[in-house]
Amino acid sequence: MSDIMHKDKGSILGPLKNLSFFTRKPVTEPLKPRDASANYRGFHVNDWQLCIGCSTCQKVCDNAAITMVRVPGLPADPVKGVRNERPAIDYGRCCWCGLCVDICPTSSISLTREYVHTCREDELDSYFILPDPNGIHGKYFPKGWAKSEDADLVELKRQPMAEMKPRKRSDNFDEIVDGYTDQQAIIEASRCVQCGMCHDSCPTHMHAPEYIRNIWEGDVEEAVRQIYRSNPFSHVCGRVCTHRCETACSIGRRGEPVAIRWLKRYAMDSVSDERIREIAAEDKVDYVTGKKVAIIGAGPAGLTAAYDLIKQGHTVIVFEALDKPGGMTRYGIPEYRLPYDRLDADVEVITSLGVEIRYNTRIGKDVSMNELEKDFDAVLVALGLQQGRSTRIPGTDNENVRSSVDLLRRIAQGEEFEVPSSVAVIGGGNVAMDIARSLARLQKQAYGKVGMTVAALEDFGHFLADAEEVKEAREEGIRILDSRGPKEVVIRKNGKLKGLTTLGVVSIFDEDGRFAPRYDETDEILHEAELVIESIGQMSDVSLFGDELTEQLEWNRGRLQADDEGHTSVAWLWSAGDMVNGPDVVHAVADGHRVAKSITKYLESGS
Amino acid sequence: MRPENYQAINQPASNEYELNFGPNHPGIEGNYAFRVKLNGDTVIEAKADAGYLHRGFEKLMEGRLWIQNIALVPRICVPDPVPMEVCYSLAVEDLCGLEVPLRAQWIRVMQLEMSRLAAHLFAFGGHAATTGMYTPMFWGVADRDLILDRFEELTGGRVYSIYNIPGGVRREVPEGFLERLSSLLDYLESRLPDYDNLFFTNQVFIKRARDVGTMTQEQALKWGVTGPNLRATGLAFDVRRDDPYLVYDKIEFDVPTEQGGDALARNLIRRAELKQSIHILRQVIERLPSINGPIRAPIPNPLAWNVPAGESYTRVESSKGELAYYVVSNGSEKPYRVHVRGPSAMHAVQVLEKLAIGSRLEDIAQIMFSLDACPPEVDR
Repeated sequence: MSDIMHKDKGSILGPLKNLSFFTRKPVTEPLKPRDASANYRGFHVNDWQLCIGCSTCQKVCDNAAITMVRVPGLPADPVKGVRNERPAIDYGRCCWCGLCVDICPTSSISLTREYVHTCREDELDSYFILPDPNGIHGKYFPKGWAKSEDADLVELKRQPMAEMKPRKRSDNFDEIVDGYTDQQAIIEASRCVQCGMCHDSCPTHMHAPEYIRNIWEGDVEEAVRQIYRSNPFSHVCGRVCTHRCETACSIGRRGEPVAIRWLKRYAMDSVSDERIREIAAEDKVDYVTGKKVAIIGAGPAGLTAAYDLIKQGHTVIVFEALDKPGGMTRYGIPEYRLPYDRLDADVEVITSLGVEIRYNTRIGKDVSMNELEKDFDAVLVALGLQQGRSTRIPGTDNENVRSSVDLLRRIAQGEEFEVPSSVAVIGGGNVAMDIARSLARLQKQAYGKVGMTVAALEDFGHFLADAEEVKEAREEGIRILDSRGPKEVVIRKNGKLKGLTTLGVVSIFDEDGRFAPRYDETDEILHEAELVIESIGQMSDVSLFGDELTEQLEWNRGRLQADDEGHTSVAWLWSAGDMVNGPDVVHAVADGHRVAKSITKYLESGS
Repeated sequence: MRPENYQAINQPASNEYELNFGPNHPGIEGNYAFRVKLNGDTVIEAKADAGYLHRGFEKLMEGRLWIQNIALVPRICVPDPVPMEVCYSLAVEDLCGLEVPLRAQWIRVMQLEMSRLAAHLFAFGGHAATTGMYTPMFWGVADRDLILDRFEELTGGRVYSIYNIPGGVRREVPEGFLERLSSLLDYLESRLPDYDNLFFTNQVFIKRARDVGTMTQEQALKWGVTGPNLRATGLAFDVRRDDPYLVYDKIEFDVPTEQGGDALARNLIRRAELKQSIHILRQVIERLPSINGPIRAPIPNPLAWNVPAGESYTRVESSKGELAYYVVSNGSEKPYRVHVRGPSAMHAVQVLEKLAIGSRLEDIAQIMFSLDACPPEVDR
């Protein structure tokens, strides 16, 4: 079979044929130094502007060659998802496989075509090097093995969330979002690289990497256990959280961030309410301290504090002015975003631990602050922002000009009221979207069509409401206008409204960055409306304190002043929630934990 | 000790003595040793002494993520690393049910044959050196280097390419690569007559290698011999043809055989396979540009990748014989067990021990090189 002819008794002179090499180019000529190939896997280079210190390279490294090193002077901002750590590489361990390059979520790290590094024997530690944007020797070398789109090891697309079609959802308050299926949740959870940016950025530092990992492993009960380590309002946060975690997510640098909020929702929805109550009660102490804490307001901040305090054996009584718990999460968020039964499930976990909620009990009217001071060891005021602010433009004193929070509360309470066929909303935040979309649903029920205009001060590039909200609102037939400043509510002679006039916005802030909108007087539009809603911000009703206590407390521009732990200037009084830090559910939860810690310290040590 | 206290040791007259051959010996590939019992120059017993290159790869793999092992496996066999990567990837793909895109399969065949060429050049060069012919060794190594240059261009790494990954390959073929590979093949083909003149038809080599380390086909089959060593005993068995993987069933090539079963026959097989690999590569160069599509199937995030529970036995034809991976997954993110069926482990231990008996001391190195035994793969 062999194609060569080897003679059995061949000439021993055969090799002499190669004497021709005396005149030919030698095969083994000395090599000259040359540039490495374009794909070469040489030493590392790291673009520090792009690198966020997420340490994913460290996790994938086969040889544990990468150590994250803190580099002082580099920016570190947990909210933006940036750490001042950068990978340093032990070239005694590195095998130049380039997996760090292929998995880097930001594509900051690459290998160069540089391949020479020598040192004297006393400099052996110089093999541990922090590559910066100039490589490891500060000399420029072209990039070799770098991120390539078709070989990226990071999945940039998230699992799509199924939701109701606009036509189906626009006349009812059913929840829009369907939630992930088991398979979708596992795939989505598998995108996580466990960098922990979400944990750092979350106001209450939820253990998101842990519960995402548990979901990926299919252990939803453990996921719920991890969730309850830091957030007893997870049915709520799994639906309406402002998800700072996703803003900070390292996968979001080049692609769509991991759907952390939807995963939390998935975990909570996958475990029965009864089992969740059992899990939440697992670390409750089995003794009673005898200390009593009063909490004013059954919103997320107050109830989170109640949850923490009751688990430590204190007796907790929550006073709520309205007839249902949840505070602004119930009365400020429409049911199509947060079904009431899920909110109730969260609250039941807390009440099942022994927290007593006294409904329809308004402090300052039914019970005074003095009584609370007498009967309890500590008092926490956890009020939401229940009162709407007014633009105070001409005509806003008319009875057909209403505040969004007021109307949202009435819708939540199931009050019947007639919605007119044309409505204008002033404001461009999420609350403006909430009221516009809620009323649009009522319009659709009453008239079969939507007559809703939203006029926002900001342009779409700087819109306050989430892009998702704006998109969905538009799908539901709502007209959203950007860069429109309210001028006047026009009133007919019969006292009814004609509409709202707005002006084009030239600029919102002055040179010093202060709020001072300037308008183009020639660009005036009249939006016909029988009802105008102001949705430009909220404030707390602090009349419950009474004159004497208000005098004792310190205030800062109308907001109650408290230290970092929520402790006010009065020893037995703490404050938390939207009235201090808001408006946002997850901040309220974080506040609740913080205050509970401070109260516990006070109760245990008396200071 | 005082001279009067000397006592002659009463020992029967014998020409037998023991010799340590290796682990650092120019006639041994890598670090490997034999304890040889000789009578004069004739070997009467040989005991393989492995373990100098034991790094515990099979155990190490159990502690690493599925993807991290791609950087570990090529190190099992230094001269022919690509089949290790491909075989491991094939096993993981089998467990996951991953379908490798056609283009990636052709690229894998290309690498496998490039690697075979490089390994055969290394092997015959090494063999030449054991018979005192150093020029073929320099030629083999120098021409292998040109293949490594192409590996550098394709994969970014010269020796350990770490280019295959479960699901496909890691980068697209660079522009102009196939042309450069084609001219390299032309060059290598033009070198074959030179090799023949200097080595394969050289009577010095033929007379040294004939009837050295001979085994019959029956013995070869009994001892688990595969690859060129088996084909040198007259059996045309090649995994590429008889249990095709990747796209080998779409490629035309011969399976050369020889009848001698000795060191000479084994080298002639490698020489013939150089030609076959060049022939296969030419077909790849012709077909690859018309095969479009992705180079890798979508794979999960490597940090969260559970391979379904099960076991897979996957084999490929490496330059040294049948290489197989037996991979067991218990459904977790790391392998439960990876066993490598290395061809050299058969050839370098029990086969070599048997073939050495009766040969002369100076032929041990020649037999080892003719078997193309690879100590790092024996030890792992």
